[in-house]
Amino acid sequence: MEESKILEVKDLAISFKTFEGEVNAVRGVTFDLHKGETLAIVGESGSGKSVSTKAINRILPKKNTFIKSGEIIFEDKDLLKISEKEMQGIRGKDIAMIFQDPMTSLNPTMKIGKQIAESIIIHQHENKGNAIKRAVELLDMVGIKNPEKGSNLYPHQFSGGMRQRVMIAMALACHPKIIIADEPTTALDVTIQAQILDLMNELKDKLNTSILFITHDLGVVAQMADRVAVMYAGKIIEIGTVDEIFYNPQHPYTWGLLASIPSADLEEHNLYNINGSPPNLLYVPKGDPFAPRNEYALEIDFEEEPEMFKVSDTHYAATWLLHPDAPKVTPPIEVVRRREKFLNLKMREVI
Amino acid sequence: MKKYIIKRLLIFIPVLFMISIGAFLIVNLAPGNPVDMYVSPDMTVEQIEATKEALGLNDPLIVQYAKWVTNIMRGNLGFSFSSRIPVSTILSQRVGPTLLLMSISLVVAYALAIPLGILSAKKQNSIVDYIVTGLSFTGISLPSFFLGLGLIYVFAVQLKCLPTGGTKLLGVDGGFSDQLRHLILPVIVLASQFAANMIRYARSSMIEVYNENYIRTATAKGLKPMQILKNHGVRNALIPIITVIGADIPKIVGGAIVTEQIFQWPGIGSLMVSSINSRDYPVLMAITMISAVAVLIANILVDIMYAVVDPRIKFS
Repeated sequence: MEESKILEVKDLAISFKTFEGEVNAVRGVTFDLHKGETLAIVGESGSGKSVSTKAINRILPKKNTFIKSGEIIFEDKDLLKISEKEMQGIRGKDIAMIFQDPMTSLNPTMKIGKQIAESIIIHQHENKGNAIKRAVELLDMVGIKNPEKGSNLYPHQFSGGMRQRVMIAMALACHPKIIIADEPTTALDVTIQAQILDLMNELKDKLNTSILFITHDLGVVAQMADRVAVMYAGKIIEIGTVDEIFYNPQHPYTWGLLASIPSADLEEHNLYNINGSPPNLLYVPKGDPFAPRNEYALEIDFEEEPEMFKVSDTHYAATWLLHPDAPKVTPPIEVVRRREKFLNLKMREVI
Repeated sequence: MKKYIIKRLLIFIPVLFMISIGAFLIVNLAPGNPVDMYVSPDMTVEQIEATKEALGLNDPLIVQYAKWVTNIMRGNLGFSFSSRIPVSTILSQRVGPTLLLMSISLVVAYALAIPLGILSAKKQNSIVDYIVTGLSFTGISLPSFFLGLGLIYVFAVQLKCLPTGGTKLLGVDGGFSDQLRHLILPVIVLASQFAANMIRYARSSMIEVYNENYIRTATAKGLKPMQILKNHGVRNALIPIITVIGADIPKIVGGAIVTEQIFQWPGIGSLMVSSINSRDYPVLMAITMISAVAVLIANILVDIMYAVVDPRIKFS
């Protein structure tokens, strides 16, 4: 696995200066992205998932953002240290982005084809005619019917789903090594959402791109991700393969998230919920920020933030419950069921 | 588009009628009357009455208006009460200087203000931004008579390098450079006012565009800041700028009342002031109607420009 690492984020900490004070949006995030994989980053609004990925492409507002520490290593370069000019050569070429809101992310006064061709012209130094031709091919690839005509239209003549397809075509234009998809389906309705996810999966397999997929929708994660990182209050609190996170979660917050997915066989008990709300990162609480909402919190949770405990080679979680001295607790019923299902699956595999 | 423009032009007719009725009423309701200007101590009451009668001022207002309208329909703007010269002759003498002064002022103002406003937005909250917005507020706050008189005092009275007013030296043929020298001060006064206003709109509109998601998309594509500005910024910021231009265009024919007075510029603005003073109804009405037509045409131009700039705007 080591040699196929394409992106390494190490101990990234970002804060915003506001009138009220310093907001510690990201407080030490570490993860790797491997070649050809999809890593999903999940978390509530304000957990820092979007901010930490925008830092990779350095598109956070410059004025009030402070990168306090960390490295983002891409092809032996620290993206936080290189010049803005060098960064412009990476954006869109090696690392492309798909944004949340396709309705406003396209320039309303420029033709679709030209918007896609733009990055081909700057990064691959193609002439305009060839770039537009490529743009038409890309539109065809992302499933725009009649791409020739589509490239001559303006964004307002497209529906939301079609615009997101255009965004994907735009992101793919220069065969990027990494695509950062920041909640790409949040603004779309469910059927369109499924189509877009299928398209992304299909294209990823075809082009062997790595995807960093940010979402708060666990259903989407299950459909897209190879690995999952769960963020809370500016930190990754659990990371593992999609099976490990869904069937053998260790962190009480992940338990809470999974237990609160409504399912069809929800019978005798009510839907689980995590009480309270995330901490205000203007004032980072002492200890584990999740402790006040955590029904499994130990005394030490209020004193000291837990480090990452290793569960397996690919699975880590930051909870004191994994400490050898910690008491054994029973997770919510929903999580126990998942574990059983998982064990059954494994046993069947063995047979 | 053709259909739309024809429709708009047809709407002109009732609108101009309404404007003319309103203007005619207001002009005639103003205290005093044109004959007062002719009255000299040795005139008898009969003579005054006879003059009134001759000018048609004793007719009921409706009759006066009807006469005026029928004349206008025939393309006859009437005679000036005070100088007895056809209004069209007076206007044709006055329109040239105003066109020259106003169009140069507007071009100078926009050439400075639009780039400055955009620059100011691009460097929001920097020293450049503070200087530009500071200048803009100074321009808006300084009344044109104050700025005009100040400039005359400094450049004409103290430094004696520029003329105090007029369009050219009297009696000698100074040529083009002389005309240019006469233009400098009034153009500075007018351009600073237009520019001050435009900077504010250009800046705020550009700042708004910079906060749009598609600018973030453009950045994420790897575009350089200048490419982002050129390809994605300016065109989207133009709509409010066009609106301001649309409001300025009628002034090209309407003239500048205060500035033309200060610099004795023989344009429409100063003609308007003198014809108000002498209650010269036909001239006043003609200027009002020309300004009204200019406003209406400017509105159509603005609508066309909107559609050119923004593909989402369609005529129906």
